[in-house]
Amino acid sequence: MRSWLAQYEMRSASDLGEALDLLSRWPGEWTPFAGGTDLMVLLEAGKLPRRRFVDLWRINELRGIAASADSVRIGALATYTDLLTDPIIAAEFPLVAAAARETGAVAIQNRGTVGGNIANASPAADLPPALLVYGAALELASSRGRRHVAYESFHFGYKRMDLAADELIVGVTLPRERRAQGERGAGWQHRETYRKVGTRRAQAISKICFAASVDLDGGVVRDIRIALGSVAPTVVRARSAEESVRNQPIGSQTIAAARLALRADISPIDDIRSTADYRLRVAGNLLEELLS
Amino acid sequence: MPPVPAIGRAIPRREGVAKVTGRARYVDDLSLPGMLHGLTVRSPVPRGIIRAVHYGAGVPWDEITVVTAADIPGRNVVALILDDQPYLAADRINHAEEPILLLAHADKQLLEEARRLVTFDIEPLPAVFTLDDALSGAPIIWGENNLFKSYFVGRGDVDAAFADAPIVVEGVYETGAQEQLYIEPNGMLAVAGDASGVTVWGSMQCPYYIHKAIAGLFAMPLERIRVVQMETGGGFGGKEEYPSIIAGHAALLAWKSGRPVKMIYDRAEDMVATTKRHPSRTRHRTAVSRDGTLLGMDIDFMIDGGAYCTLSPVVLSRGTIHASGPYFCPNIRIRGRAVATNLPPHGAFRGFGAPQSIFALERHMDRVAAAIGLQPDELRRRNFIRPGQVSAVGQVMADRVDMDAILDRALDMADYHQKRTRFAAANVAAGRTRKGIGFATFMHGAGFTGSGEDHLASIVSVEATADGTVRVLSASTEIGQGTNTIFSQIAADALGVDVEAIEIAQPDTAVVPNSGPTVASRTCMVVGKLLETACRNLRAALTDSGHLASDGDLRQACRAYVRERGPLRASAHYQPNEAARWDDERYQGDAYGSYAWAAYVAEVTVDLVTFETRIDDFVAVQEVGRVIHPVLATGQIEGGVAQAIGWALYEDVVWREGRMANSQMTNYIMPTSVDLPPIRVHFEEVPYQHGPAGAKGIGELPMDGPAPAIANAIAHATGVDVRRVPFTPEMLAHLVEAAGA
Ligand SMILES: Cc1cc2nc3c(=O)[nH]c(=O)nc-3n(C[C@H](O)[C@H](O)[C@H](O)COP(=O)(O)OP(=O)(O)OC[C@H]3O[C@@H](n4cnc5c(N)ncnc54)[C@H](O)[C@@H]3O)c2cc1C
Repeated sequence: MRSWLAQYEMRSASDLGEALDLLSRWPGEWTPFAGGTDLMVLLEAGKLPRRRFVDLWRINELRGIAASADSVRIGALATYTDLLTDPIIAAEFPLVAAAARETGAVAIQNRGTVGGNIANASPAADLPPALLVYGAALELASSRGRRHVAYESFHFGYKRMDLAADELIVGVTLPRERRAQGERGAGWQHRETYRKVGTRRAQAISKICFAASVDLDGGVVRDIRIALGSVAPTVVRARSAEESVRNQPIGSQTIAAARLALRADISPIDDIRSTADYRLRVAGNLLEELLS
Repeated sequence: MPPVPAIGRAIPRREGVAKVTGRARYVDDLSLPGMLHGLTVRSPVPRGIIRAVHYGAGVPWDEITVVTAADIPGRNVVALILDDQPYLAADRINHAEEPILLLAHADKQLLEEARRLVTFDIEPLPAVFTLDDALSGAPIIWGENNLFKSYFVGRGDVDAAFADAPIVVEGVYETGAQEQLYIEPNGMLAVAGDASGVTVWGSMQCPYYIHKAIAGLFAMPLERIRVVQMETGGGFGGKEEYPSIIAGHAALLAWKSGRPVKMIYDRAEDMVATTKRHPSRTRHRTAVSRDGTLLGMDIDFMIDGGAYCTLSPVVLSRGTIHASGPYFCPNIRIRGRAVATNLPPHGAFRGFGAPQSIFALERHMDRVAAAIGLQPDELRRRNFIRPGQVSAVGQVMADRVDMDAILDRALDMADYHQKRTRFAAANVAAGRTRKGIGFATFMHGAGFTGSGEDHLASIVSVEATADGTVRVLSASTEIGQGTNTIFSQIAADALGVDVEAIEIAQPDTAVVPNSGPTVASRTCMVVGKLLETACRNLRAALTDSGHLASDGDLRQACRAYVRERGPLRASAHYQPNEAARWDDERYQGDAYGSYAWAAYVAEVTVDLVTFETRIDDFVAVQEVGRVIHPVLATGQIEGGVAQAIGWALYEDVVWREGRMANSQMTNYIMPTSVDLPPIRVHFEEVPYQHGPAGAKGIGELPMDGPAPAIANAIAHATGVDVRRVPFTPEMLAHLVEAAGA
């Protein structure tokens, strides 16, 4: 352990009000600590610049997954294990379940949280692409009140996001309405894909993470949503690629156009895990695989 | 009634219960009264001259013990082959993370803060990071020409062979560095003082290497140094020479502070600062007849030794001798060179140079086969070395080697021929995956090279105890590979007792004789043989003294002897094999007492969407002499294959300015259990007359074959020519694209 523990302080909040109160009284001084699975890595490496933490783990109102007729609300403290054991997530949001299954291993799945994964704002995080595909909204709270933001507009630069120093993520809402589209024509086809490319099959940080859903009607693309991780400063929704194929018949021309359009959506780089070239090529291949 | 022989049976691991119940004691489990923790302050740059050191405010510096090169009581040199590596850089820095200062304090975390507060003024010097820059001498960073060592070996008339050759195939092959990644990082605890001398306890493979190094560091006679091996969580070569450094550092801090000092590296430090497998580059030119007979082999083998010599000459020697593989060729020329760069020194790692040169050869052999339109196995069969034929260094093969049979068995188990045809046909269809199957045939020499064992002059002793058990005294360490267990089996059978009557003494230089280092696949074959002899000597002594009748009980005899006459010890000293010849000057002769022979087959699927390679099946067939312990032996093969799969497909050391940039297990990708195929192991057993009960060496062999077998399988699957380890998805993407365009 490379940190000097004497320099750190942790306070455990017993309810949301207490946590928000601490955050608002000294804005920027206290940092939320949920499962700690991102923060503890930095502590171990002696690279944790923030010194005072408010532990959220006992705040029960941030836990749980609840469904209403038109949406599912995931508490910010929901763990990957919670996601994996929820029947509605399994039935209606398979990309979320797939992301949870491929995140870390059991220990991390028991301790890592949805809120932590989002607020840590790693471009390589595995859950966010799934959330983007399902059109998630975030619920944020501070002692000033609550607000909702579309997840797609939450991240706006490397580790920069629409979250004030006194705010917490309290929940994530996934709309259910598009899940219920039962009676479609015979030519209607719905596909969802989640592909985490991390070289090894477990305990990997994504080189590319690809999540998508597509609705085809007689071979013509109707609804399509594509999101990627590890190919830009933030996780991204591939709006140009989606646009280029919407209402187009699937075929080699559409695929070529989509591959080209994808270049406008992503800006991969060389880093210690992979290369820009590889990421670009494989992102295109995954898109092609989706549309083939 | 004599006990059931232990050899050949899978008896429980001797220290197994202690390990699984947590009773086994590793160095970090030790604590002494008044003990301090120690740590190392390392160079931030790859090369330069230290002008000043600053100790920033924020910690109580007056409470912290600081050791610099100026504090060293003896020689500031890590004694190994050459005296070029300092314990602490005095003014010159030759690699990133080179140790400059040592700190000790009772509070480990405060020490971490202190380490952050030390800064240096360093005048940077230009550094060398590549083999080409090292060879071109721009700049000279070591000796006169950046060369630690060169070898020229060979036989016949190579130039004439090439002049007449109908077909010549050339190729350049490269391999990257690899981290040993033992589970337990390096660690030592030391006590040192004028009165007490120096004692260190720690994680290690070779107690007597440390013993010698510390004696020089403190300018103390050997009798005043004591080195004790604690339970050790893996080594793979990474604890062959490096522990001499951390042991010396802990001892220096103990010496200066007057307190016991413990140093334990964390994973990041262990990865960034300690030795790795030597990167290599091999150039092959092969002259071959149209029917596939090897006419001439011209091989240029080069390894990157890093900033100091360490063991590079010996790694080079093994890599050079193995470079022409299990083949006979009348005209061979092999040039081997170990060069200096400003990377942290590379060192011992399972296989010791052989995996590098064997990768090159076995990938090249598939290319030679393709060039003349022969099946890969057919080309090998036409050239396998046979008993009585002569190797590149002039060794007449005395082993009863039958590589044809080994290859047959491996190809049969893997269903190679059928799959080779089936995959090739299926790959024509435009799917998203491609399947391939490939193999490698190879051998690995056990024990030290040439006259090495003669120089080591190893000794093993056994002693009878008052309670009738027999204690084995050797410096050969249990590092997870099974030394304790196979020694117990060998001793039990030689004495005619059951294994419970055997005790293995903890390796402690105050107690055990020098049986040599635990390296080079020599523990079973060489040290085990000495143990067998020592046990026979003990039995003979008991018989001679009249305490043991031919069908008598050995335990009773031991008890009676000790009671009546006092301690009884028997020893065995290594005896040079009179029949073996070795010329160190010309590097010619009997390079190894014996070889293990093998054929490995890999079956792969390459995903053309992500360019990831998955190994679907792996077959490892080898002839290793008598198998002492089937489960441990199989474990050695499985573990070695897994480690080699890591090297071949995943483990990529990313260097930035001479420093490992991915020194974490999150970004230095080692395979997990779900990434590994079933590994099917088969042993052919041909007893070796100089090994205990006929056993040969086995530990390093499995590291040699997987990389080329996998490369050949990938080439079969995709048609691309893989020539650099590791075969990352990034590299394959590039190659596949280039081939398709
Ligand atoms: C071995 C290992 C494997 C891993 N594997 C994966 C993987 O495969 N995929 C992946 O995506 N990640 C992985 N991670 C990273 C990590 O586990 C996840 O990002 C996890 O979801 C983080 O959640 P947490 O609650 O532990 O976050 P914490 O460490 O507690 O916090 C992370 C950040 O979020 C902030 N934060 C936490 N909760 C809130 C909140 N409610 N409101 C506002 N800010 C908040 C914290 O202040 C901190 O900045 C891995 C980590 C480890 C150690």
